[in-house]
Amino acid sequence: MTSAPSPRVLLEAAGHAPWHPAAREAFASLVDQGWADPRRLSAEGRRARLLLEAARESLAAGLGARTEEVHLTASHTQSLHAAVRGVVRGRRRTGTTVLASAVERAAVLAAGRFTGELETVAVDAHGRVDADAMVARLTDERSTDQRATARPVALAALQHANGEVGTFQPVDQVGAAARAAGVPLLVDAGASLGHVPGPEAWDLLAANPGDWGGPSGVGVLAVRPRVRWAPDWPEDEDEWFPGGVSVPAAFAAATALDAALADRRESEVRRRRQVARIRARVAAEVPDVDVVGDPEDRLPHVVTFSCLYVDGEALTSALDREGFAVASGSACTSGSEEPSHVLAAMGALTHGNVRLALHRSVTDEDVERFCDVLPGVVARVRDLLGAHGL
Amino acid sequence: MSIVDARGLRCPVPVLRLAKVAAGAEDGAEIEVWATDPAAEPDIRAWARMRGHTVLGAAPLEAGNDDDGDHRAAVVVRVRVSRPT
Repeated sequence: MTSAPSPRVLLEAAGHAPWHPAAREAFASLVDQGWADPRRLSAEGRRARLLLEAARESLAAGLGARTEEVHLTASHTQSLHAAVRGVVRGRRRTGTTVLASAVERAAVLAAGRFTGELETVAVDAHGRVDADAMVARLTDERSTDQRATARPVALAALQHANGEVGTFQPVDQVGAAARAAGVPLLVDAGASLGHVPGPEAWDLLAANPGDWGGPSGVGVLAVRPRVRWAPDWPEDEDEWFPGGVSVPAAFAAATALDAALADRRESEVRRRRQVARIRARVAAEVPDVDVVGDPEDRLPHVVTFSCLYVDGEALTSALDREGFAVASGSACTSGSEEPSHVLAAMGALTHGNVRLALHRSVTDEDVERFCDVLPGVVARVRDLLGAHGL
Repeated sequence: MSIVDARGLRCPVPVLRLAKVAAGAEDGAEIEVWATDPAAEPDIRAWARMRGHTVLGAAPLEAGNDDDGDHRAAVVVRVRVSRPT
């Protein structure tokens, strides 16, 4: 008899949730059924093509899109890069400015800077974009007297909800203004799709299978036919994503989304309760903590907080040793010099940051154990830095 | 005015050094922090909000002061300490 080691509690599911059992099963069967090149005319190739088409059709239903609007990519980052690059190139005679909230995913901001001129719109203390400012900037496009001062916008980008702090964005309001101004809107639903009902106001919509329990190595980008775009990469039969994607990964991604949507409401209610519990206990039991993001209008599974006078790397390592896998937006943990641009834009504390994303199998007991352990771990890390009494 | 030279130090040490000096300062005292860590300015602002102090301003550190061989851009953040009476 061996005693089982105490189970790991995985609380960093953002973009890389543990695979849904249905995805694992689908992937295994597709290794046999869908390994071939879907471009071939052989029986094996045709079978792979049918399975790929079935995956697109199923993903389209989950996204609220038509099948022909759905393109499969190699990653969420690639989806966002291609959306920005393709639209800016297609609309280059109109303008090359990319207008984005300051808290968009780094891939959107980097693609904007790389491709054209990036212009960001500020956010409030909860991380919600200043919708009036974004609408005003979009609406400027219509009045000729403003054109002399404001550069025309090629693409607007606004996430459905922020994946770091959970706050929903005013996508409907900005989407209506973008539509009226004739500017395409890219909505990054990478943190929300599979967890909450998807957004409706979009011209390009990016979603991330890794976030809902599908495999990594596949991404989804839906594009409305009205969007003017042009590839700024070489021509290929798969015009958005040259070379195509892994058929087993695409099929498993679609299967995982189906499975996640089947009990989505139940999973949302449970995780919303767990997140509210963590936010309340952390605020009550950890001194000098900044629990960030909108308390109500937020994703059901994301929690972020920052602890004053705490080294983020020391904190995540200490929690890892206690059996809890968590993420952090602190500079010292991200492998980069820069702290989380989201926390900085909100005016939140960037050091001592802990970021949790609860996958569907996290239990109430996991949550209580985490909340029990956290205050002692924070106190020990603070003591090591000599922060007592400050 | 006190100066906290936190150049070359990584988060959360610049804020910690500032907090130690602020703990011994009187109401209304001004403290200047010099820092190269990009997290220092946002974190000093957040610390001041959490502790009830005031950030008076932030600016690039003037050339001439920055002669210790650390060539990353340094900022100066000025803080006024508030002591509840």
